[in-house]
Amino acid sequence: MSSRIYNCLSAIADVIEENKDFLTDLDREIGDADHGVNMARGFHAVKEKVPQDETDIGAVLKKTGMTLLSTVGGASGPLYGTAYMEAGKVLAGKTELTAEDFSAALQAAIAGIQKRGKAERGEKTMLDALIPACETFTAKTAEGASFTDALEAACAEANKGIEFTKTIRATKGRASYLGDRSIGHQDPGATSATLTLETILKFLKEN
Amino acid sequence: MVGIVIVSHSAKIAEGIKDLAQQMAQDYTGLECAGGMEDGSIGTDPLRIVEAIKRADHGDGVVVFGDLGSGIMSAEMAIDMLEGEAINAKIVDAPIVEGTIVAAVEASIGSPMERVIEEAVKTREFHKV
Ligand SMILES: Nc1ncnc2c1ncn2[C@@H]1O[C@H](COP(=O)(O)OP(=O)(O)OP(=O)(O)O)[C@@H](O)[C@H]1O
Ligand SMILES: [Mg+2]
Repeated sequence: MSSRIYNCLSAIADVIEENKDFLTDLDREIGDADHGVNMARGFHAVKEKVPQDETDIGAVLKKTGMTLLSTVGGASGPLYGTAYMEAGKVLAGKTELTAEDFSAALQAAIAGIQKRGKAERGEKTMLDALIPACETFTAKTAEGASFTDALEAACAEANKGIEFTKTIRATKGRASYLGDRSIGHQDPGATSATLTLETILKFLKEN
Repeated sequence: MVGIVIVSHSAKIAEGIKDLAQQMAQDYTGLECAGGMEDGSIGTDPLRIVEAIKRADHGDGVVVFGDLGSGIMSAEMAIDMLEGEAINAKIVDAPIVEGTIVAAVEASIGSPMERVIEEAVKTREFHKV
């Protein structure tokens, strides 16, 4: 039987696949029209390469990161690859996930993305969805909200983050070549990051 | 011998630059390519860059030239992944075509890594018209 963490990643892979054309179209506007293709190729490989019965969440996420690293192809490869590997380090040996674990893993993932991409919030990247989502998740759980309630609030913030990326110009990644012409378009990476969080939320509610 | 790795999203670009550089440094055997993805797609793959750096390493260091965006990010990641292996690899902040050619000429005459980098970096100031 496949593990819960495998099933969750598999759900993420399916959502990325369903949104492949959407993500690629977003990247066509302000990049090189490959974000959906890149992510779908990467998560297809994750489904194939991650052992289905492994229950160690940390080990599964590390393998996920390594796989994304060498199969995605664009900047999102080293970025998401690092994010999953860093989250995996935090969750090494765990077979279940508390809200505190999730918060710590998300923070480590963000720190990894920032180290790799040298970006801050406000540069029109995936960080504009992930950072506010993480802050909200951590704050909500500290207030005593349930895991899923906190994640629900975090997803709402991530979506606001996407909206925010429409209003700013890109200063990192391909889109930065467009200068002010990047304004008015939402960031593909912020979109895939939000889809990921929303899929985790849906998975937790249903399983 | 200092080794050289050419990192590009496109295998054709990497191979083409290698051909150009090889013309000017015919007996030099330290040039390696990390172009595109394993399946032939356009993109960059840190693990392929790690392999190319290992092939290019002959004990005197490896200089790496990248094209743009993740060409540099993946090369940085590759170098981080080589931590612990006794390979001195550095990314050179220079135009990939001119930089690689100058580095190949310099490396082919047996210059040390610092000198190869120094000469390659000068190509940033080359004017074409
Ligand atoms: N330096 C960075 N820091 C954080 N996120 C980044 C950075 N650069 C790009 N991104 C994110 O990656 C997304 C683009 O991913 P994609 O897979 O399309 O890579 P790409 O830009 O085509 O890569 P390449 O550099 O190879 O052209 C952007 O929408 C952005 O969210
Ligand atoms: Mg792209």
